[in-house]
Amino acid sequence: MTSKLQAEASPAKRVRVIGCGMIAREVLAINEQLGFDHVDLKCLPAEYHHHPERIAPEMDKAIARAREEGFENIFVGYADCGTGGELDKVCMKHGVERIAGPHCFSFYMGNQQFAEADGDYLTTFFITDFLARHFETFMKRPLGLDRHPELLPMYFGNYTRALYLAQTEDPELEANAREAADFLGLEYEYRFTGFGDLTPALSEAANSA
Amino acid sequence: MSDEDEIILSELDDDELVAQMHDDLYDGLKEEIEEGTNILLGRGWTPYDVLTKALVEGMRIVGIDFRDGILFVPEVLLAANAMKSGMTILRPLLAETGAPKLGSMVIGTVKGDIHDIGKNLVGMMMEGAGFDVHDIGINTDVDGYLAAIDEHQPDILGMSALLTTTMPYMKVVIDTMIEKGMRDDYTILVGGAPLNEDFGKAIGADAYCRDAAVAVETAKEFMARKHNQMATG
Ligand code: B12
Repeated sequence: MTSKLQAEASPAKRVRVIGCGMIAREVLAINEQLGFDHVDLKCLPAEYHHHPERIAPEMDKAIARAREEGFENIFVGYADCGTGGELDKVCMKHGVERIAGPHCFSFYMGNQQFAEADGDYLTTFFITDFLARHFETFMKRPLGLDRHPELLPMYFGNYTRALYLAQTEDPELEANAREAADFLGLEYEYRFTGFGDLTPALSEAANSA
Repeated sequence: MSDEDEIILSELDDDELVAQMHDDLYDGLKEEIEEGTNILLGRGWTPYDVLTKALVEGMRIVGIDFRDGILFVPEVLLAANAMKSGMTILRPLLAETGAPKLGSMVIGTVKGDIHDIGKNLVGMMMEGAGFDVHDIGINTDVDGYLAAIDEHQPDILGMSALLTTTMPYMKVVIDTMIEKGMRDDYTILVGGAPLNEDFGKAIGADAYCRDAAVAVETAKEFMARKHNQMATG
């Protein structure tokens, strides 16, 4: 276990995680579970999910800022997330690592399992704790489905199933996820994944300091 | 807005009506676009002029604001729906009046991917520009592309991917075409948000296109080149 002393240690001894707002709660939960009080979290807005072209340039700036603040150990709390390799270029430039995998749905499920599934999830829409909690503001509204439900078939016409990959056991979120599936007209399925590959990824980053 | 409700399309002169249709397309107003299309046709406009001056030009403006982050996906979808309803009126008339045809295209989203909004938009704008477009849908494997090429003998093959996990499949398709000795018979355009110019080059596509407007321009250029080659060769 890490001692409280380290929490007050200089930035050089600490780890700065710069992550996606969609996984902020989960990163903090893992930090607490594993007693990583030398890990601090800065988030980029979750909205970048819808605008992946902003992720790499903003990450570039955030890493530069963290360096200015004196952080030597920095970890990128993103998967590729649709940056098409741009985020990897930024990571390479600064000599930092990111979470492996294409997106959070994959690393929660387990990247290996997701990669081997080969088509099993072709028509599956994934829901996470974050999406269950913020379905209204993060999916319905930006996709315009609150104002224009007639767009639903254009978005989800080719989908068959909504799979809730649950990070925590929470009946309220499960009810939300089920409701989201109903709204989308998709068959609902539940799978508890916990934090998946996020825990080992963060542990490695925390222990490298 | 109540004062906008008072605009009576049929009372506008041609220029005003076309400008109003650009606004209506921007706002995704399907009925207004249908009405405007019919009014212009009624005034003796050729279907081709209605298509290019009112619809395509309006959608071009939408495309610019989408590119610049002023509009997001739902607005684009609504505008596309409005344009589609205008095109439904024009399509049979365009065929009758022998509007200029620039070439033909097969387009589909690659295997493992069912994102199709961008692909549909590109298909629509290509059709608006005068290409025969054969949209073969989503989750298309090599065999699907080859069968469609065989059936339609297009000038252009378009592939779309929105996932980092599915974009490499484009190379599988191109490599298979090379193996079969048919790669150079077609212009291959690729697109989708996670792609970029370097990726397009790396997999051997003829061009990566950032958006539908660039796709149309690029396709036109390649068709012009093809005609020049045929003329000289
Ligand atoms: C809308 C959207 C959806 C819709 C798709 C609806 C549909 N029918 O397509 C919904 C909500 C259903 C969806 C689902 C998913 N999505 Co999605 N989605 C998006 C989003 C926000 C926008 C895509 C879009 O439609 N843009 C609008 C169109 C007009 O733009 P475009 O596609 O880029 O197309 C333009 C150009 O690229 C170009 N172009 C496109 N194709 C072609 C083809 C040719 C030939 C040419 C020349 C040009 C060209 O021209 C087009 C017009 O200008 C993107 C993020 C983003 N901003 O890109 C994520 C995104 C693509 N999705 C993503 C993910 C992860 C998913 C899901 C897995 C999420 C989930 N919760 O399950 C599922 C997919 C599940 C599955 N089984 O595959 C990720 C991909 C991450 C990665 N590593 O690849 C992204 C990048 C979001 C993110 N940051 O994580 N998604």
